[in-house]
Amino acid sequence: MKVLAAAAVAIVALGSMAACGDDKGDTPGTASSGATKKSVKVGLAFDIGGRGDKSFNDSAATGLDRVKSELNLEVKDLAAVAGESENDKYARLKLLCTTGYNPVIAVGFVYDGADAKNGPLARAAKDCPNTKFAIVDGGTTADNVADLVFAEEQGSFLVGAAAALKSKTGTVGFIGGCQVDLIKKFEAGFTAGAKAAKADVKVLTNYLSTPAEACKGFNDPAGGKTAATGMYDQKADIIYAAAGGSGTGVFEAAKAKNALAIGVDSDQYNTVTDASLKTVIMTSMLKRVDNAVFNFVKDFGEDKFKAGPTVFDLKTDGVGYSTSGGQVDDIKDKLDKFKADIVAGTITVPTK
Amino acid sequence: MTTAAVGARRIDVGKLLPQLIAPVAALVIAAAISSIALLISDKDPLTAFQHMYEFGTQPDQKVEILNKASELYIAAVAVAFGFKMGLFNIGVEGQSKVAAFFAGALASASFMDWMPGGLRIVLIVVVAMIVGAAWASIAALLKTQRGVSEVISTLMLNAIGGLVVTWLLNDHWGVTEPGAQIKTTGILPEDSWMPGLPIVSGTEQKVLGFFAIAVVLGAAYWFVINRTRFGFDLRATGYNPFAAVASGVNAKRMVITAMLISGAVAGLVNLPRMLGESHTYTEGFGGIGFTGIAVALLGRNHPIGMALGAILWGFLASSQIILDLDGIPKEIILIMQGVTVLSVVIAYELAARIGRRAQQRRVGVATAAAAPAAAEVVEESK
Repeated sequence: MKVLAAAAVAIVALGSMAACGDDKGDTPGTASSGATKKSVKVGLAFDIGGRGDKSFNDSAATGLDRVKSELNLEVKDLAAVAGESENDKYARLKLLCTTGYNPVIAVGFVYDGADAKNGPLARAAKDCPNTKFAIVDGGTTADNVADLVFAEEQGSFLVGAAAALKSKTGTVGFIGGCQVDLIKKFEAGFTAGAKAAKADVKVLTNYLSTPAEACKGFNDPAGGKTAATGMYDQKADIIYAAAGGSGTGVFEAAKAKNALAIGVDSDQYNTVTDASLKTVIMTSMLKRVDNAVFNFVKDFGEDKFKAGPTVFDLKTDGVGYSTSGGQVDDIKDKLDKFKADIVAGTITVPTK
Repeated sequence: MTTAAVGARRIDVGKLLPQLIAPVAALVIAAAISSIALLISDKDPLTAFQHMYEFGTQPDQKVEILNKASELYIAAVAVAFGFKMGLFNIGVEGQSKVAAFFAGALASASFMDWMPGGLRIVLIVVVAMIVGAAWASIAALLKTQRGVSEVISTLMLNAIGGLVVTWLLNDHWGVTEPGAQIKTTGILPEDSWMPGLPIVSGTEQKVLGFFAIAVVLGAAYWFVINRTRFGFDLRATGYNPFAAVASGVNAKRMVITAMLISGAVAGLVNLPRMLGESHTYTEGFGGIGFTGIAVALLGRNHPIGMALGAILWGFLASSQIILDLDGIPKEIILIMQGVTVLSVVIAYELAARIGRRAQQRRVGVATAAAAPAAAEVVEESK
């Protein structure tokens, strides 16, 4: 009996790990032949969640799809699974570079590892010195690694200002997917933007997970819904969901409470699966991972690879806000004024 | 007659054979069910298995399989110590996290800078075992003093342990290395990185040094269970707790000792990666404690069986990457792992029943033959 109970526990544990992993097993057409394809093969390794998170990973996927269609290159994407070791991430990158993929793009800071000097990407870059790597949101330094980083605080500043200007209750909310410095940047920018637009605005904040929980808050719509419902009950009427795939839950809560929400990374007005949720998405903070990925590959093709950090900010349209749905059209002038000030350097947005 | 019966039971082929066939049958069933899943998703199972095999036998992958097997094996041994006496420690996950965290935090604290590397490794191992045992002792005491089921308490303590570690790491002792986002307890000085073992040829990668300790642990487990008074009491309690108590085994002490040993071994689970790969406790650690339960089940708590189970599991887990590259849903591996555990459990249960029935039949025949003779004896005495 106990043995069966033990088996049940083991299976449940496995099941929950599977649930964390991505559920989109289908990798689009392996594109094995195709006479028109050039010899360049682009490899991309996703963070946990992979294609289908409607947010961060999907933004990278959009960039990769553009690489495939516009640059006519062969592409391949692999995704991380929950509970894997740093060595598994290293093995994934190495598998790509040793099977002829060049350049190789790692999506997400998990590929830095705990110690970026000896982490998964650093080791793979050392093993494949002739392959060019890029890491989105990462900080690994090597001669053949480009770090594609974003000024998320600038984009978050603009949607923070939009939230404060649009709020009727004077209270807005921030929900972060995971308590890491990267997401704290979103919060800092959002709060600064809200206060800049309306000094007495109240900002509620909540994080759905910590790295100790493998940052599950990036893929936890139920958790996002609960947290958002709590905030709406505390008089917030607009919530910024910087939480990847959990944003869907925030949108559902907004719909139920007849309130508004702000999307992240992708233009979620367009990417959200449930069309009835479109009306609650006031705007989205755009983090153009797609542009970063596409431009990185394009530059690589033109022999313009540049190692080290490349910052995508408001000036280069690496970040921004979306206008789909037209809900922020009336305050567009004010937002564009803030944008101009940030680009000109008259406003410096805090990062923590 | 009686000696012959005992002799026959010692090497009872009728009972042993089903036990050996069971795991093989279970694997075949698991492969068959996975094949069906592959066929449903329009993939060729044979190609998939072939790629898994080719990828898994590459030198680099062999190293990673042994690395995975090392940590899984340690977790399985921790679970098995409890299983042997019917004690169900599902808290290996929490015990291993708390242990590795405190050991890592202490070893990289600034006041430890004077310590030479070798000594620091010993310190980490000892502290991890003590902390793991201490965390497990909570569940042991709850069981012996208040009768709380260890299943409930260890499961709850997993959550509590995880949250305590999170809180301490995020708000107190955690540091972030330059360029990284993940909080750690601080990278250990290079002289206390455990050197790897160059036992796989054809690659520069080395097997984590803790592999050797896992092997030693397996031998120690075998010795304690089969060659010591404690091991005998442990097994006796597992077979029949009432009979064991009646014959003088102190049940409470057995529970506490078994839990402490289980917890101490659990404390080692995260150390292979911590000493040889990440060189720090990171927030990404975890999950192995639960998988260890599955490996202990696969290996039927046997030191060799669990080793094979751990290697099989390591192989399957490593194969996900290559399936992904081939465009085959890597979730197939999770199906395979789950089905393997279930079919092994069911197969063993069936094997045990078949063996028992065969034995009963034999005993039945023997007693039926003996009964008339006994009746005659009774007649004569009248």
